[in-house]
Amino acid sequence: MKILKCPLNGPRNITEFVWGGEMKPMPDPATATDAEWTEYLFLEENLAGEIAEWWLHAPTNFWFVARRNTITDEIIETMTYDAFLARQQAASTATAPDEAEPAAKSVTGGTDTGVTST
Amino acid sequence: MPFALLKYALSREHPDDPHFRWKPDLKKTYDVIIIGAGGHGLAAAYHLAKDHGITNIAVLEKGWLAGGNTARNTTIVRANYLTPEGVAFYKESVELFRTLSNELDINVMYSERGHFTLAHTDAAMRTARWRAEVNKHMGVNSEVIDAAEVKRICPTMNVTDDARYPILGALYHPPGAIARHDAVAWGYAKEAMKRGVEVHTQTEVKKILIENGRAIGVETNRGVIHAAKVMQAVAGSSSHVARMAGLRLPIKTIPLQACVSEPVKPILDQIVVSGSLHVYISQSARGEMVMGGATDPYGLYSSRSTLDFKESLMGHMLELFPFMGELRILRQWAGMADMTPDFSPVMGLTPVENYYIDAGWGTWGFKATPVCGKRMAECVATGRQPDLLKPFALSRFSTFDLVGEKGAASVGH
Repeated sequence: MKILKCPLNGPRNITEFVWGGEMKPMPDPATATDAEWTEYLFLEENLAGEIAEWWLHAPTNFWFVARRNTITDEIIETMTYDAFLARQQAASTATAPDEAEPAAKSVTGGTDTGVTST
Repeated sequence: MPFALLKYALSREHPDDPHFRWKPDLKKTYDVIIIGAGGHGLAAAYHLAKDHGITNIAVLEKGWLAGGNTARNTTIVRANYLTPEGVAFYKESVELFRTLSNELDINVMYSERGHFTLAHTDAAMRTARWRAEVNKHMGVNSEVIDAAEVKRICPTMNVTDDARYPILGALYHPPGAIARHDAVAWGYAKEAMKRGVEVHTQTEVKKILIENGRAIGVETNRGVIHAAKVMQAVAGSSSHVARMAGLRLPIKTIPLQACVSEPVKPILDQIVVSGSLHVYISQSARGEMVMGGATDPYGLYSSRSTLDFKESLMGHMLELFPFMGELRILRQWAGMADMTPDFSPVMGLTPVENYYIDAGWGTWGFKATPVCGKRMAECVATGRQPDLLKPFALSRFSTFDLVGEKGAASVGH
């Protein structure tokens, strides 16, 4: 059984979770054109490699973000949506390479990797 | 007779042509390039050559002949879909399959077994009734039957009430069939190559060349080749190849696992499917039980095996067929299923001129091989979307005109 680490509930069997598909920025429903909304609803990058994606812990109805490699099936890390947003903001505002580095390190060697299969 | 055969054994001359007429070198230009030498791509090449007189075709394949999902499906052919558009399309495929052995001069071992879609809930019975009525209206032989009739036709099945999900009835589709999947692709390859089509394996497309919004050729690991028209038929890599043409597709690629048991004497004549239990099974001509269940719970580009799949499949399988407890699994595999939001394929024209797409074949691709090849050939030859393919155009997603076939999917999702 594969174990997925929920940011709220800790490591749980992956059968408790529902896959929510790849992260996509949602256009504002009030102002989006039909074409933009179609793209958001239906079109996928469907990448082979590292992606950020939604997962739901079904028993607690808790949505969060995982980074996973879609070739090796390795779950690299999981985080709350807030943490994901904060990291995105940090990445977009980061100008100096030494600022970006700690974030990159935590991706590979941080404490939040926590997914193994048994 | 034996002496007549012996003559050929001792001679260098043989009565049969070589199966495949390979040509070693790539030309600089072709009329049509087809990316992907699986059943669909080869069928399209065959019909372009036979029906439309276009023989200057290269079918390019990264791996080997028909080694992708053509070799990984569970070979079921049926037309008992839910929407009129779907039924019309798959009905033509069943008709083409029936004469395919003659057409391709190869034995595809097309074997009509009868196809059950079991219903364990009132909701499933309603869907079965819906499908039966649409099917009959479209001239496809399907009917809703009760559990006693299921038992009469398929005596090996456990239809008693002491199962976790007792069988209430089924959608019965007598024309449901199985076929030898490799032979289908080999037959199309053989007959296409006989007409001058070139099939090049170990030839990977690295880039699709586009000029002023028109496809003009491809760059491969063996050099650049140009063509008036380019078509992709690469189930499992559809998003990847389409991206090279600048297209994003409504596709999530999700593994579909399957397995076969050791071969036994004929015991199960029919094809049995339960969408509610996530189980489907048929017995191959070799005697193996060919089994599958649901697609994996999340997207992945890997054909790895999971215990979860086998546990969930076998739990239900043993209730349906208790004798299966005696059987051992011989081998298992997985294929990459390109799932669309409406469980229908994507075929035909694209926003890129002279670039044609055959994708989104999720868990329903093999059964459509003949009709898809025939109609995609028509589409490529004429540059217009054939009527039969109009509902399946890529543009349906931007007009919110989906063809919902989830209710007719055998595979659980």
